[in-house]
Amino acid sequence: MPTTTLAGTRLRQRRLTMGLRQADLATRAGISASYLNLIEHNRRRIGPDVLSRLAAALGLPEAALSEGADNGLMDDLRAAAAVTGEAQAELDRIEDFAGRFPGWAGLLADLHRRTSRLARAVEALNDRMSHDPHLQASLHEMLSAASAVRSTAEILAETEDIPPEWRERFHRNLHQDSERMAVGAEALVAYLDNSGQAQETGIAAPQEELEAWLGARGWHLAEVEAGDAAALDPEIAALASGAARVLAHAWVARAVLDAKALPLEPLQAARVAARDDPATLAAQFGTDLLTVFRRIAMLPAAPEGLVICDGSGTLLFRKPVAGFALPRFGAACPLWPLFTALSRPMVPVSALVETAGAGSLRFAVRAFCQPRYPGGFGGPELREAAMLILPAGTVSTQDAVLLGSTCRVCPRTGCPARREPSIVAEAAG
Amino acid sequence: MAERVLLIEDEPNIAEAIRFILGRNGCEVFVQTDGRDGLAAVARLQPDLVILDLMLPGMGGMEVLQNLRMDPATRNLPVMMLTAKGQGRDREAATRAGVSAFMTKPFANADMVSAVRALLGAS
Repeated sequence: MPTTTLAGTRLRQRRLTMGLRQADLATRAGISASYLNLIEHNRRRIGPDVLSRLAAALGLPEAALSEGADNGLMDDLRAAAAVTGEAQAELDRIEDFAGRFPGWAGLLADLHRRTSRLARAVEALNDRMSHDPHLQASLHEMLSAASAVRSTAEILAETEDIPPEWRERFHRNLHQDSERMAVGAEALVAYLDNSGQAQETGIAAPQEELEAWLGARGWHLAEVEAGDAAALDPEIAALASGAARVLAHAWVARAVLDAKALPLEPLQAARVAARDDPATLAAQFGTDLLTVFRRIAMLPAAPEGLVICDGSGTLLFRKPVAGFALPRFGAACPLWPLFTALSRPMVPVSALVETAGAGSLRFAVRAFCQPRYPGGFGGPELREAAMLILPAGTVSTQDAVLLGSTCRVCPRTGCPARREPSIVAEAAG
Repeated sequence: MAERVLLIEDEPNIAEAIRFILGRNGCEVFVQTDGRDGLAAVARLQPDLVILDLMLPGMGGMEVLQNLRMDPATRNLPVMMLTAKGQGRDREAATRAGVSAFMTKPFANADMVSAVRALLGAS
């Protein structure tokens, strides 16, 4: 059982709480008081035998002294040290620091968590400002109108001898541009306000509206399983945009077909025998892999994330999974196995991946691309690729594919696939 | 003889205001609203200065600039680019492509006149 020097601090706190003197506990545990003193001040690691005796002397389970109650604190302190610029933290003395100054260590860890949250918020806002095409177009329209108004108003205010026909023309232009600004401002406010929803949810596109609706339902449509998809109609009708309603109806129609191909109870029973291998399940149920991916990700309380893209690589659907950031706008990381699958239709792609950043996590992903030919032999080939994402914990000896979310907010340095500089790297530099 | 300024700008009211203020300051101003037509007008009119909006329909301002810089006849022609705030990355690209000056919208008319005078004086 691993023990850290911080066990000394916990040991001291327990002893003091129980009102025991150091010498008394040392005697009970069969060690010298001076050795116990070194342990309690985190100057000596506790071996498993001594830990066992000290725990017994205190009437506590060993876990109370040794288990990683402070692992989160250690992780946060290491993460804080990792993002620090020029100031070098003494990483080899991190446990000593946390043990001697638990209050300061907690404060530092808390500040690091807050800073990380703020950094993520800045990234999200920057991402939105940089990649939201509607916002960009609206702001450009407003700036153009403002520019015309300023120049025209200046001419009228500062030029005494304007010919009457020019004066009339400029007055008309001013009127036009002020109308345009008023309409543009209203549209912009309506867009940002989105009837009171956008400020809270940040929803900007019909696709996001669909995902928000499904997310609010736990990504599962019980009505579809019960054969009553029509019961969802009122909820779909309440979605804010017409485009989102169209997407939602299409999603539900496909979910109905998916549920027929892979009925809930037989599927759940078969997953164990198939060891959750989508290809095995697809063969067993006589369906395709993308249907299996969608069904697995949309089962009740399914932990799997899912992303779907079309042949251009545009993300069509995103069911998030904690720790694996999915971009809202713009293109995703080109290293995603999703895109490997996209370039190799009908070939299953399986990989262990590791996300970027201080809190990097590992995920087991499976990706597959299915081409279709809606126009027959003479028509275009349309591709759809999907990637199932399953958390794989943080510890693994297997090599992982190092990837990110999207270049703009990815801190990974030296990435051969980078498209543009990262604001995160810039900020750190 | 008045200096010839070609303004390539798709916003008619901005174009009208610039045409007026530069016209009052001794320039002969020609206006085009599309990048491709603007490029053709450069060859036809041989202006002393081009004022080029960044965001244009059809061929964008950046592409027009690159075409001008690739042509030996217009390689050194002064080009002022009109940009909006928040187009920092586009400005960097335009600088690399050889733009002579920038004017950020919305601008003060006096600044526009000064910048045009400076470019014409330097050419």
